[in-house]
Amino acid sequence: MAATTTSPNPTRESSLTTSTSTPGWARWANRHRKWLFASPAMVFVAVLIVFPVAWTVYLSLTDAEGSVRAESEFVGFANYLEVLGDTDRFWPAVARTVFFTGGVLAVEIVLGMAIALLLWRPFKGEKWVRVAILLPLVATPVAVGMMWRLIFDPNIGMANRVLGWFGLGPWPWLAGEHSALPTTMFIDVWQWTPMIVLILLAGLTSLSDEPQEAALIDGANAWQRFRHVTLPLLMPTLVVAVLLRGIDALKTFDILYATKGKGGGSFHEVETLNVYAYGLSFDYNEYGVSSAVLIIFFLIIIGSMWAVTSRRKDAS
Amino acid sequence: MRARTPFKVFRVAALVLVVLALLAPLAWMVAASLKTNVDIYNPDKALVFSPTWDNYSKVLQQANYVQFIVNSLWVAFAATALSLLLGVPAAYSMSRFTMRRSALVVLMARVIPAVSLLVPWYYVFSNLKMVGGFTVLILSHMFVSLPLIVYIMMGYFDGLPLELEESGMVDGLTPIGAFRRITLPLSTPGIATAGILSFIFSWNNFMFALVLSSADTKTLPVAIFDFVGYASIDWGGLMAASTVVTLPIMLIALFAQKYVVSGLTAGATKG
Repeated sequence: MAATTTSPNPTRESSLTTSTSTPGWARWANRHRKWLFASPAMVFVAVLIVFPVAWTVYLSLTDAEGSVRAESEFVGFANYLEVLGDTDRFWPAVARTVFFTGGVLAVEIVLGMAIALLLWRPFKGEKWVRVAILLPLVATPVAVGMMWRLIFDPNIGMANRVLGWFGLGPWPWLAGEHSALPTTMFIDVWQWTPMIVLILLAGLTSLSDEPQEAALIDGANAWQRFRHVTLPLLMPTLVVAVLLRGIDALKTFDILYATKGKGGGSFHEVETLNVYAYGLSFDYNEYGVSSAVLIIFFLIIIGSMWAVTSRRKDAS
Repeated sequence: MRARTPFKVFRVAALVLVVLALLAPLAWMVAASLKTNVDIYNPDKALVFSPTWDNYSKVLQQANYVQFIVNSLWVAFAATALSLLLGVPAAYSMSRFTMRRSALVVLMARVIPAVSLLVPWYYVFSNLKMVGGFTVLILSHMFVSLPLIVYIMMGYFDGLPLELEESGMVDGLTPIGAFRRITLPLSTPGIATAGILSFIFSWNNFMFALVLSSADTKTLPVAIFDFVGYASIDWGGLMAASTVVTLPIMLIALFAQKYVVSGLTAGATKG
């Protein structure tokens, strides 16, 4: 797992030897510093992550339910078959997860790119705009959920009052069976578009000016310069942004739980895979089934990551 | 490159709109936290109202929030400190000896859904009679902090030139001595970035405390739900509680803006 000597990159280890005046244990420590430094963190990860993941795999093959201490029997792939045949809760949850993630990613990337381009060249008051962008990003997601819950309240919320000024509404927002999921997506966009802005802005500022100037001399207009110069150069950063945000969007939990409570609301309006798995584990204590859902969920995450990164290799 | 005037006007207008869209909801939350519940229900008192601290005294005195603030601070500080202790040397090794595959194992923690860890943890820690205690909470928050710190610090160490350590060793320092006396002091900005970010993520974390904490050890994001009843919601109290949770983090972001931004965008531009 950690056979680093076979790494294709040359190691950055210094060839200088340790001075001979140091005591034996110190020399031993210096010689073995690679693993001395790395192993505590790796043992922590192994004990708290690798072992629980292995256990989840095991639980997914048993009929564990009720109490965590109860006896359970090995049932093979029965949980997986049950989950994959469940068109009542599982597949709608998959659909919601895909819709939520795809939707917020698309909006956040387009909006984030637009805002990053607006902020690209220095201007007066830049510092204050950047602070405004940072605030939603660091705000506690549960508190953000509660804040929007007040704003979107059908009776007393500001959202319907604003709609009323334009002669629209009232809309049910979070309370509606079909409007709840898009409303939570709006909240996600509000909170996390700034993340895309910051990442793309970091990418934009690291670009050199020369290709831009060359394109300008060749008579390219603003859109052509963006489409054929900036965008291709920014592609690697864009892939990182999609990857980081995509993983987190798939696992969204806090704002869904804060706005709709357990099970994603009474009609499971916002029940994504993560919310479903949480409910199976801690509301219904169906550990076997929930573990199967989690393994499938995990495979979906890995699969989407793989799809995004392999496109990056194609692009470069 | 000089922008033409129409573009300048458009840009200013668009940026004002963006700033308003981002800040208005937060301002609304703070405003509601300073209103009585009667005023919250009254559209005429949307912007003009007589502010009251009642909601805050309710949150801090009746709802026992001082305790939850202390809990959140303790968990976030302990998880961050322990993660730095484990993560910084590990990141150093992984950067200097290019242990990319070991790094990948640590970083997988970012990808795994946290629910899949909670069931086994709950089982083990409830057998050890540790569920509801601070130890479990701190350990669970390290699951978020440690990979984050390793990720940020690896990028930082990758950017530090090796020559500085080598010249230190020529002058008689051992490799560990060179790490301690040369690399570590030079890494202060990186460590500050990683530490601040880990603190923010731990402070904001909800799911671990939801499952693993008890009435005495719960952290602020869980305590917010004390104001949400089955039948009705105490909006004034809820908004005051939300403000109490969010404000400290926003102040950190305000004063440590440079570090927070560099942490959030770490590794984004390397491709």
